[in-house]
Amino acid sequence: MARKIRVRNHRVVLNRSKGGDAGITIFLILLGIVMFLPMWYLIITALKPLGERNITPPLLYVMKPTWQNFIDLFTNMNSTWVPVSRYLFNTIIISVAATFGCLVLGSLTAYALSKIKFPGRVVIFKLIQYSLMISSTVAGITNFFIFVALKWLNTYWISIVPVWASTLGLYLMKQFIDTNVSDEMIEAARIDGAGELRIYWQIVMPLVKPAWLTLLVTTFQSVWNAGASGYVWSEQLKTFNTAIANISTVSVGASSAGSVVMMSVPIIIFIINQAKIVETMGSSGMKD
Amino acid sequence: MKKEKVSAVTEERQSYGYGGKPMTKGRYIRIQMKRTWQGYVMVAPFMLMFIAFTVAPVLISIALSFTSFNMLEWPEWKGLSNYIQLFLADDLFITAFANTMLFAITTGPASFILSFIVAWFINELSPRMRAFVTVIFYAPSIAGTAYLVWGIFFQGDIYGYVNGWLLKMGLINAPIDYFRDVRFIVPLCIAVALWTSLGTSFLSNIAGLQGVDHSLYEAGAIDGIKNRWQEAWYITLPSMRSILLFGAVLSITGAFGFGGIVNALCGNPSTDYVAWTLQHHLTEYMSTRFEYGYASAIAVVLFAIMMTANMLVQKFLSKVGQ
Repeated sequence: MARKIRVRNHRVVLNRSKGGDAGITIFLILLGIVMFLPMWYLIITALKPLGERNITPPLLYVMKPTWQNFIDLFTNMNSTWVPVSRYLFNTIIISVAATFGCLVLGSLTAYALSKIKFPGRVVIFKLIQYSLMISSTVAGITNFFIFVALKWLNTYWISIVPVWASTLGLYLMKQFIDTNVSDEMIEAARIDGAGELRIYWQIVMPLVKPAWLTLLVTTFQSVWNAGASGYVWSEQLKTFNTAIANISTVSVGASSAGSVVMMSVPIIIFIINQAKIVETMGSSGMKD
Repeated sequence: MKKEKVSAVTEERQSYGYGGKPMTKGRYIRIQMKRTWQGYVMVAPFMLMFIAFTVAPVLISIALSFTSFNMLEWPEWKGLSNYIQLFLADDLFITAFANTMLFAITTGPASFILSFIVAWFINELSPRMRAFVTVIFYAPSIAGTAYLVWGIFFQGDIYGYVNGWLLKMGLINAPIDYFRDVRFIVPLCIAVALWTSLGTSFLSNIAGLQGVDHSLYEAGAIDGIKNRWQEAWYITLPSMRSILLFGAVLSITGAFGFGGIVNALCGNPSTDYVAWTLQHHLTEYMSTRFEYGYASAIAVVLFAIMMTANMLVQKFLSKVGQ
């Protein structure tokens, strides 16, 4: 029997049955609907005028889309004693500060671990790899003691500084430098008299742009989405997450609008950087 | 590979020596350290943070778990009594333990398999289509509070979408309060967790699949591979082993770090504690009862489970495709 050979995206594709293709397409479409429907529902709820929200059963489309919920979110809710814009401001400040610190520390460390052969680097990297295996809950108790000792309770610091020690972005970046920057090049730069900081900043960083963009995006996403810390009780210091939860008891429309604002920022950032991020993930493999 | 590295180092060490004698190991390391001091300076700020917020806390928790500590008095040594109490006298801990295991055993493997399968299925789409589909599947994991929409979806009154439709079709007579009903809480929480679970490991799978050497597939076809499933098992999976390992680590961490979703959707505590996890139990003893020794013991148990799960999965994954 002749082997069936088909071409897909300019590549020869072997061993693909029509039935399998159809099954996979159906599976993907169904799963895609399940994944997308809740987001769709959120978006249309945010766009629905009050009258349409109270139809039972609710409709999956909007008859008269309105921006009223978004306007409510930023005008009406701004007249409460802590305005919504303040929560949003907090989230932005925390996300930017945490991400920036993480980028600086993470990239420096990733470079040093990858390209400076100092004794002990293997152990350090092993530790970092192990830290990916535990969730931060485990460290929560002692972190609380540290916050108390540093008098950080009820400040921004609590949400910013621990992020600087996060390891996922650093791990990805180190792996990426390992696979994409050759030791020879660094060695040549050293012989030419470049200091380590200069090599890091002028040679490695431009070469691994996808990796630090990925570090930037993943860190930003996690901080942006992080729930309110239990150790911050001043309403003025809480984040947009808290505001959405508070508003949801008052107005479903405004809180949906808030959720849409909340989710669109990381999603848009991801869409812009998708190619670079996927490129970085190519070297994410973990050797045992 | 490893052997070569060691011998290269030894060789270098020998070349430094004089009189035909290799330099001693200690001296060699000291010279290396001096030569690469900049490396230590560069990792120092991060390591300081990392030790303060991750390494030391784990070690301190292990130490505290053998004590009774309330932050006002110096910790009092209690030996194993915290652990004995946990496993023998604390019914709620057993519930939390069982629930955590249930959530982890369902969401962990499911999210791991799902993120591979979806990545694999979309691998042959055109690049543009693949990028589009990736966004659809990845978005829920970065959409922040968007999972709260499941609460609106399954709202307990007649305005909820699901209740509205079921009532209209006459399948139920009264609205069901899904996130308060013990029959629905656990499956719904698992579903929501899976909905948000196509995250970083999904992306790394996509990248890994793109990186598989295409000539392997052609060689495989000549060697008698008959369909895509065999191809996946014998070629794709083995050549992606390190990526799969990375994905597994993230899936496990995610599966044990449950809790936030449960609090937001079902309230805290959930009805009859059906969704009470170790994380809840830990928070309860830490933030409400201020029994830090006991809370540390819970943290250590959680830590031990996560480590064990990772070791088992690594063992298992090393056998894929063999």
